Amino acid sequence: MKVYGETMPSRLFLGTAQYPSPAILQAAIKASGTGLVTVSLRREAAHGSGAGFWDLLRETGVRILPNTAGCHSAREAVTTAQMAREVFGTDWIKLEVIGHADTLQPDVFGLVEAARILSAQGFKVFPYTTEDLVVGERLLDAGCEVLMPWGAPIGSGRGLVNPDGLRAMRAHFPDVPLVVDAGIGRPSDAAAAMELGMDAVLLNTAVAKAGAPVLMARAMAEAIAAGRAGYDADPMERRDMAVPSTPVLGLAEFI
Amino acid sequence: MKILVNSEPHDVTGPTLALALAELGYTSAALATALNGQFVARDARASQPLEAGDRIEVLAPMQGG
Repeated sequence: MKVYGETMPSRLFLGTAQYPSPAILQAAIKASGTGLVTVSLRREAAHGSGAGFWDLLRETGVRILPNTAGCHSAREAVTTAQMAREVFGTDWIKLEVIGHADTLQPDVFGLVEAARILSAQGFKVFPYTTEDLVVGERLLDAGCEVLMPWGAPIGSGRGLVNPDGLRAMRAHFPDVPLVVDAGIGRPSDAAAAMELGMDAVLLNTAVAKAGAPVLMARAMAEAIAAGRAGYDADPMERRDMAVPSTPVLGLAEFI
Repeated sequence: MKILVNSEPHDVTGPTLALALAELGYTSAALATALNGQFVARDARASQPLEAGDRIEVLAPMQGG
């Protein structure tokens, strides 16, 4: 798949938070085959250094997608994006403007506002949004070239709460890269997203909080590859009744 | 002068953002700054004057989803 003119080596985008150790994070990135990892910015203590984590990530050679996690207004998100661009040296930004602290649902009004401001400043915006089609149109009008609808609330691991909504997005935006962002819990969830025709999946907690994160990273990668192949292979229609798969013509009759 | 850095009160002498950061021990290159909610680029810190009561955010790379 291509996003903002760049060919991505994998349809799995991976978050870097909550891993048991930096070594396991590094191993999970490698096992997943991902070409894009998300990162964040947080308050730094005097004499502290976030550079250790940043150096570790740079060693992987994987492209970085900073986020604006925790921002509750367009203004906060714009400032955070500007700070991220300087620190991480990329104009790619995963834009989150959170509306509810409990559901972490996107504030789509602030999201569109921030997307317009950031796009005008040269950012390549990856908006964390809902499956709402009108909001999607507004985000594209604002300059976004990719949409990232949620599968379920962040960190919930509930899978795809509204597959019909995602299917409608695919039909409505046939040429726009769609990335399911958030809510994936199991490999079958990721495969289901890909079978709906999504272009990629962004997940974090499902791998980081698995009992064996590195194994889960590989499982997710395989599920995503299988789901995409299944979508490309054009699955058969479901039927209400049984239809014999073994030919009945020439069947013996034993009376 | 009294300023807030990441919501913590500090008393600094440096009249610019760059000098205040150095005074407080922020020496890492992997830092981004904002003053009263507005981004201040690395190159602009030396010419950015501070006033008492200013709110400064100093952010660094972190794991994220």
